[in-house]
Amino acid sequence: MGLSRRGLLAGAAAAPLLMRVDDALAQGIQPKRGGTLNSIVNPEPPILHVGVNNQAPTLIVGGKIFQGLLRYSSKLEPLPELAKSWEISPDGLEYTFHLQENVKFHDGQPMTAEDVVFSIMKFHMEVSPRARGVFSRIKEGVAVDRNTAKFVLSAPFEPFLLMFDVTVSAIVPKHHFEGQDYRQAPVVQKPIGTGPFRFVEWQRGNFIRLERFDGYWKPNQPYLDAIIYRVIPDSQSRRLALESGQVQLTQSNDIEPFDVPQMRARPNLEVQTTGWEYFGPLMWLELNHRVKPLDDVRVRKALAHAVNRDFIAQRLWFGIGKPATGPVASSTRFHDATARMPSFDVNAAKKLLDEAGLKPNGQGVRFTIRHLSLPYGEVFTRLGEFLRQSLRQVGVDLQLESVDVGTWAQRTANWEFDTTINYLYQYGDPTLGVERSYVSTNIKKILFSNVSGYANPKVDELFTQARDAAEPAKRQEYFTAVQKILVEDVPLVWLLEMAFPTIHEKRLHNVITSGAGVHASFDDVFLA
Amino acid sequence: MEVSKLPAYLAARLVKAAIVVLAIVICNFFLIHAAPGDPASIIAGQSGAADAKFLEQLRAQFGLDQPLYVQLWLYLKGVLTLDLGFSHRQQMPVSTLLWERLPATLLLTGSAFVFALVVGVSMGALAAKRVGTWWDSIITVLALVFYATPLFWVGLMLVLLFSVALEWLPSFGMASVGVELSGFQAALDVGRHLILPGLTLGLFYVAVYARLTRATMLEVADQDFVRTARAKGVPEGRIQRRHVLRNALLPIITFAGIQAGQVIGGSILVETVFAWPGIGRLAFDALLARDYQVLMGVFFCTSVMVVIFNLLTDLLYAIVDPRVEMAG
Repeated sequence: MGLSRRGLLAGAAAAPLLMRVDDALAQGIQPKRGGTLNSIVNPEPPILHVGVNNQAPTLIVGGKIFQGLLRYSSKLEPLPELAKSWEISPDGLEYTFHLQENVKFHDGQPMTAEDVVFSIMKFHMEVSPRARGVFSRIKEGVAVDRNTAKFVLSAPFEPFLLMFDVTVSAIVPKHHFEGQDYRQAPVVQKPIGTGPFRFVEWQRGNFIRLERFDGYWKPNQPYLDAIIYRVIPDSQSRRLALESGQVQLTQSNDIEPFDVPQMRARPNLEVQTTGWEYFGPLMWLELNHRVKPLDDVRVRKALAHAVNRDFIAQRLWFGIGKPATGPVASSTRFHDATARMPSFDVNAAKKLLDEAGLKPNGQGVRFTIRHLSLPYGEVFTRLGEFLRQSLRQVGVDLQLESVDVGTWAQRTANWEFDTTINYLYQYGDPTLGVERSYVSTNIKKILFSNVSGYANPKVDELFTQARDAAEPAKRQEYFTAVQKILVEDVPLVWLLEMAFPTIHEKRLHNVITSGAGVHASFDDVFLA
Repeated sequence: MEVSKLPAYLAARLVKAAIVVLAIVICNFFLIHAAPGDPASIIAGQSGAADAKFLEQLRAQFGLDQPLYVQLWLYLKGVLTLDLGFSHRQQMPVSTLLWERLPATLLLTGSAFVFALVVGVSMGALAAKRVGTWWDSIITVLALVFYATPLFWVGLMLVLLFSVALEWLPSFGMASVGVELSGFQAALDVGRHLILPGLTLGLFYVAVYARLTRATMLEVADQDFVRTARAKGVPEGRIQRRHVLRNALLPIITFAGIQAGQVIGGSILVETVFAWPGIGRLAFDALLARDYQVLMGVFFCTSVMVVIFNLLTDLLYAIVDPRVEMAG
């Protein structure tokens, strides 16, 4: 039994300590009831029900309406949410969750273990591909009694406890879904959860309004009367709305990175970049290994040498996020700091390309590749231009292609690109969020699979071993080995451990108190 | 125009219009489906995770697993019974989505239309009457500036001035949210929100109408019948109104007809900058998300409006200028 296992078991006991940390974050200011928080939702999601739609904006708004069994600290320790405590059997197969008492859904019905079992075993299994990948390992899920739910795995799965955040497995009311097509049930249009804020109104293209749920299970909480998410599609208009005080909080991609320095300079605003540890988004230059000469490891290494990742972090993202060092983000478990990808070194890049037999022609061009720009905003256009310049210095001609989101999604999924930019959440554990990009069994014509076509039997084997090992120490061994191989093989050029700026007025307190940041329920957020 | 010809004329035009609209619907269908990407892959992309089962489920639910001609046939059948289909992406009937956005769009484009027409024609008439004076110069220069400046830039500058610097007007949205307002106050609130986007959208058309009015009035002012009217002692104001302006109206009506046809389509740029919840943005979002049914619904409505306003414009010609004959 390793130390970490005991750490997991002690989850409930550790909670009071962390709550005091939250209080400290409030800088000694007493929470105050009342007030409406205006924020922004961007882009406007098509459907607001978590699970049925899993876009970031849905999860941010849905995080107020719904709750998961657990939440996570910025170090990814599980904390109680709808489960007040939990136990794991010594063989790592049985997970028992003891639920909070007196939890009600917004329609007044009590939330019981039946709802928990339904949500995990039926609802998320059906609608959410991500949950399905892990929950299909559950052999049996039972409601032991009204307040106890038990899940039995068919084999030990160490990262299992990371799967109970509201963004993965929100608890939904069984009585509104059972016997219906989950995606088309009426409640999908008017979501009902257990969260501190209930859904009131959504005027499409305009705003989403949530109001305080008076029957919330934490006494005297939440503090805010209402949260209004305005739909503002233009990034400069979003910035103006924040500057003029018409909204008090922006998050994720609302404010472009190049506008953040000016926001930092405003005395009434606070800029935070924490609160993304649970997701661990890592951005990279995707390389299509089917395109010559990207199949040559020397060429891939040269590309990695050619890009100054510090510049990307400091000058393009203005210090939001940090330069990537390898395939596992530093906030993700089992990150190995000693496994480092090729450093920025233009001469080394040129030498490698020479060795690969790619000599520059009369214009100094060794070869030409087409780069599909990621259509997620202005900063990615700038990134494309920076990459073109960087690679031109070592004699690689990068031709930029601009497309819209639909085209990008289709062409990336169908391997119709030479290089492109992509970023994926790592969800705290390499098995959950890293493995999928590198194992050959996941080479599919689907977005977020191994679209580069990288295949290495040793890597496949190590990821499988790490997935199945029950002991964290053992898993660390496998993950360290696989990271060392990956930084040598350079299947992709890792660029940036991303973070997103959360910008809010200083009178708004407790905005970031967990590793999931603005996805949290906001039951402790207050205006003072 | 002979009144007896009107029904036959109208009938002929309506048949033609129906054929045109049908052709537009079919063209739109193929155009939209020719764009790479489909709604399922976009939803997968936005969710950050996908598996084969997920994509299959979505495509089956959206009806995308059927051959294209079946999808077209189903859509045409729907349109003929005025059923615009269902947005699976948003789990809502397309007609509901359109109706939700229509009031906002009509309010914005309608007020911009009226504002542009009244102010533009007045400015143009004034400039024509005082041609060569500093009045004329100011109006011409202003019109040129409005005409040449990009809409979104005008919008952002207006916001910087009136919302950020002066804090007089809200910079986005259509109404204050989360405050209870009585009828009159609510109207006032919407009005305050309407000023900046209305102005932004209207200014371009003000410029168009001003330039058009000025040019055609000056052209007409040189004609023999104006000289005759002046010679027989008709007062100057009456000459300008009855003889010059009225004869200069035809091109203005033509242009107003075009603009009116776009009223229902909204304006993507202005709606985006001011976060105005109109149809233009609905269409733009639908395009990016490949929400085929919604996009075709918007196209269908706008094409019907354009066809109707073309017809109205033609009828109006005949009223304003008796020389115009109606012929099918």
